[in-house]
Amino acid sequence: MNINMTLIGQTIAFAIFVWFCIKFVWPPISNALHERQRKIADGLDAASRASRDLELAQEKADATLRESKEQASQILEQANKRSSQMIEEAREQARAEGERIVASARAEIDQEVQRAKDELRAQVSHLAVSGAERVLEASVDEKAHRKLLDKLAAEL
Amino acid sequence: MAGNNPSPTEYIQHHLQNLTFGYHPENGWSMAHSAAEAQEMGFWALHLDTMGWSIAMGVLFIWLFRKAGKVATTGVPGTLQNIVEMVFEFVENTVHGAFHGRNPVIAPLALTLFVWIFLMNLLKLIPVDYVPEIFLRLGVDYMKMVPTTDPNATLGMALGVFLLIIYYSLKVKGVGGFAKELSLTPFNHWALVPFNLLLEVIGLLVKPLGLGLRLFGNMFAGEVIFILIALLPFWVMWTLNVPWAIFHILVISLQAFIFTVLSVVYLSQAHEHH
Repeated sequence: MNINMTLIGQTIAFAIFVWFCIKFVWPPISNALHERQRKIADGLDAASRASRDLELAQEKADATLRESKEQASQILEQANKRSSQMIEEAREQARAEGERIVASARAEIDQEVQRAKDELRAQVSHLAVSGAERVLEASVDEKAHRKLLDKLAAEL
Repeated sequence: MAGNNPSPTEYIQHHLQNLTFGYHPENGWSMAHSAAEAQEMGFWALHLDTMGWSIAMGVLFIWLFRKAGKVATTGVPGTLQNIVEMVFEFVENTVHGAFHGRNPVIAPLALTLFVWIFLMNLLKLIPVDYVPEIFLRLGVDYMKMVPTTDPNATLGMALGVFLLIIYYSLKVKGVGGFAKELSLTPFNHWALVPFNLLLEVIGLLVKPLGLGLRLFGNMFAGEVIFILIALLPFWVMWTLNVPWAIFHILVISLQAFIFTVLSVVYLSQAHEHH
């Protein structure tokens, strides 16, 4: 356990190792550590930003959904209104058409009745003439009495 | 064990003798073949085992950390990188807490000290007879494996720290400032300058001495206990060996940590104006 040159040798070795450490060992480790720290911090930042974005997107989606729902209900309402209107219109049209058909039928019936009456009248006058002929047993001059008979037929 | 059944004293002495190469007054530059010869070499001798193992550990440290640093990615780290980064951050935090100036040298210095001393101390957990026995078979007489049980190694590192303390004191405070600090504290009066000077110089010199001797003392004492335990019959050794080794897992890291932190604190003081 003598104190000797080993002391100096050890000091020199120490100096060399320290120099080497300063030069080649410390910087890469230090850089890597700080780089990783920065990366992790960035990652955490990005994550929080992403979650905020997600929240915003969710809100937006909710709003859109609500809006579209409103629109849909509006459209539905309009359609309902429109359909009831159409039904009303159709009903109106049908009634008008019906009335028209009834009116024309009635007019036709009137016409028919009129014609039947006219015919009847003509036949009646004829019948009356022939009846009267038979009653009178004499020939009546149809020509002479035409005027009278027409007058009679018109009175029927 | 070395030799043919050496006595306990011989065994202990053999284990505590460094492999010394130096200038012997009679033999010239040669290996020391006994403790006495090593003693006679005086200052001009080198402990080959201390230097070899400490440099090996230093290179191991540089290689490991350089490797981790090279592959250090910003992605998911591997096992080695995790360990290295844990140590790195531990040292960085320690330095951050103890050192208040701005100096790019201090943190790498602390990392080197911590890991290097830790690795050198770690050699102590290798059973005391393994490595000396292997080297004995190879024809090497002495092999004291743990560099930190050699005061040359611990004081050598402390000397390095001491030189840095002086360097930064002079650089930050200037020659005048440093002289003023040495002579006018703690008592700011001209009549007390010699007293202050004595006090401060002793305080300054005690720093590296304390650093080196604390580490040496702890490691040497532990080593001696291990050697003493190794003298017991092999079937009871483990009852003492195992608890002592487990306890030393704490001691070796603690001593490495203490050396590092105190060095940083001393260097921090060197940067501060009073």
